[in-house]
Amino acid sequence: MEIDIKDMGFQYNEEAPVLHHIDLDLNEKGLICIIGPNGVGKSTLIKCINKLHKPTSGTVLIDGKSVNDYKLKDLAKVMGYVPASANDTFSMTVLDTILMGRHPHSKVKATREDLHIVYEVMKELNIMHLAMRNFDELSAGQHQKVAIARGLAQEPELLILDEPTSNLDIRHQIKVTELLYNLAHEGKMTVLMISHDLNVAARYADKIIVMSTPGVIYDVGHPNDVITEEMIRYVYGMNCEVVYSHDRPHIILDTAISDEEMIKLHKDEKYVDKDA
Amino acid sequence: MDTEISADISEDELVDTYGHYLLKKLGFIAICVIVTVIVAGVAMTIGPYDIGFFECYRILFDHLMGNIGDVNKDWVICEARFPRIAAGIIAGVGLACAGAVMQSTMKNPLADPYTTGISSGASFGATIAIVSGITLINGQFSLVLNAFIFSLIPTAVIVVVSAMKRASPTTIILAGIAVMYVFNAMTTVLMLMADPNDMADVYAWQVGSLGITSKDDIPIMFVVTVIGVAIMWALSGKINVLASGDENAKTLGIDADKLRIFCLIVVSLVAAAIVSFTGIIGFVGLVCPHVARMFIGSDNKYLIPASAALGALMLIVTDLIGKTIIAPAVLQVGVITAFIGGPMLIYLLLKQKKEAW
Repeated sequence: MEIDIKDMGFQYNEEAPVLHHIDLDLNEKGLICIIGPNGVGKSTLIKCINKLHKPTSGTVLIDGKSVNDYKLKDLAKVMGYVPASANDTFSMTVLDTILMGRHPHSKVKATREDLHIVYEVMKELNIMHLAMRNFDELSAGQHQKVAIARGLAQEPELLILDEPTSNLDIRHQIKVTELLYNLAHEGKMTVLMISHDLNVAARYADKIIVMSTPGVIYDVGHPNDVITEEMIRYVYGMNCEVVYSHDRPHIILDTAISDEEMIKLHKDEKYVDKDA
Repeated sequence: MDTEISADISEDELVDTYGHYLLKKLGFIAICVIVTVIVAGVAMTIGPYDIGFFECYRILFDHLMGNIGDVNKDWVICEARFPRIAAGIIAGVGLACAGAVMQSTMKNPLADPYTTGISSGASFGATIAIVSGITLINGQFSLVLNAFIFSLIPTAVIVVVSAMKRASPTTIILAGIAVMYVFNAMTTVLMLMADPNDMADVYAWQVGSLGITSKDDIPIMFVVTVIGVAIMWALSGKINVLASGDENAKTLGIDADKLRIFCLIVVSLVAAAIVSFTGIIGFVGLVCPHVARMFIGSDNKYLIPASAALGALMLIVTDLIGKTIIAPAVLQVGVITAFIGGPMLIYLLLKQKKEAW
């Protein structure tokens, strides 16, 4: 799947533009991570890609066709989404919840093939023992695994995940990221995920998209090229040392820079609201 | 059921476990239907003319087959007793399904046609038709159509309010209650202007009673409710996805807003068809889906039929209580459902996770 974002902007209202002139080509398979501090529009960007938001300017092309021209059902067959938080007002069993991922492909009733796919993803994510538990009885980490399982059961060409491992312990963070990495490298799907763990992103991503205030793309490229001390200082306002481990950059954080220094660093930024 | 299963379970074992789990849900629905049939039979035996349980069903069956034996008994069952029970079953099925669907599509455990004011809107439409004789069309469906048109006003209000950001489930219900007050006030104004002969009818509408439904009303109630419930059930898979959140629904290929509005229109139609002939029977749509959820969970494929069965059961049981508790006087069914539903609403309000405002 080829995603081509051209000069895209998004704002919730006139006073609060969120994304500015985003240009991005996502044409290769693999694991792509979006990183950046809070409030730079990472979630908004992915919601413009999967039609949850309508860009206020520019275009998002999926395989050469504007995302607005896709029917939701057709988009759901090729693009999956794992949101940052789960709704459990009227929850069903874990098995039923994951079966929902088959909705874009399935007929009225779940088929044996649907159940086979769900069985495989539950095994993969090590949540088989939860299959008949109710979703609202699970911990936040288990919720996240079930949501990922549902995204995988959808068997999309592109799986978009919004901070999929934020509630998981370190071991499960790595295991889930490795699973996504393997799926992306077996050619089963392209994985586009927002990550707050820079070291996990640096180690596993094939490509990193760095977003910075006030909703712009700072850099795009291989982790070895984009994860630099200068980038961390400018984008995150942190002093750090970047060392190499497993041939990938690894960040050792130092001190946070002052607010005054941060303002000075960003004073030439084109879209910054100078009154803010 | 035991919810823990082994991590090493084979695929076939998982499919079997899931199959048993679904079978238990069907079992629950079957039990509710059987109990409803038994209670309906018992209800048909009650009255001054002594007819046994099985004889009641035999008379009903013979009547349907066009094979009428004892004319008196046939009249007692088919003209006097059964229409009231049939109205209870249809109203219970329709209102409970409407409640289940509203709760799921609005992700709101407090929603039902009564708490959102839909029943009040429908009641006002029906009252206009009865008191003033003003209807949009002539004929059998005129009353229902009037009720339906006016039920769409509270529906539009809740759609607008729920689209607003930060509208909690409680806010939506409060908006519904506000609409309900406005419609009830307008209905009261109409009642003041009404012919004294119509007052009893309009009053019965306000309370909700199965005694005001005549035999001739049953086919219209039945047809509209069956079609509405069939549509809801056909959409149950999509409604499940919608209940998991609008973003989930959209990324799984469902236009959340369109589906919700369509479901609410169907709910309004069903509520209108029932309210037009029974008046405002409150809380059936609130209580029954919650009781069903306790036993079989929130999968609408099973929740809708289970709520339907429980709704039918609840209304004929409460009507039976109403007919016997202060006999020979009759307590309207709406009064009894309010006694059950009121405390249930308070319980659900207290259980709400989010702050009300």
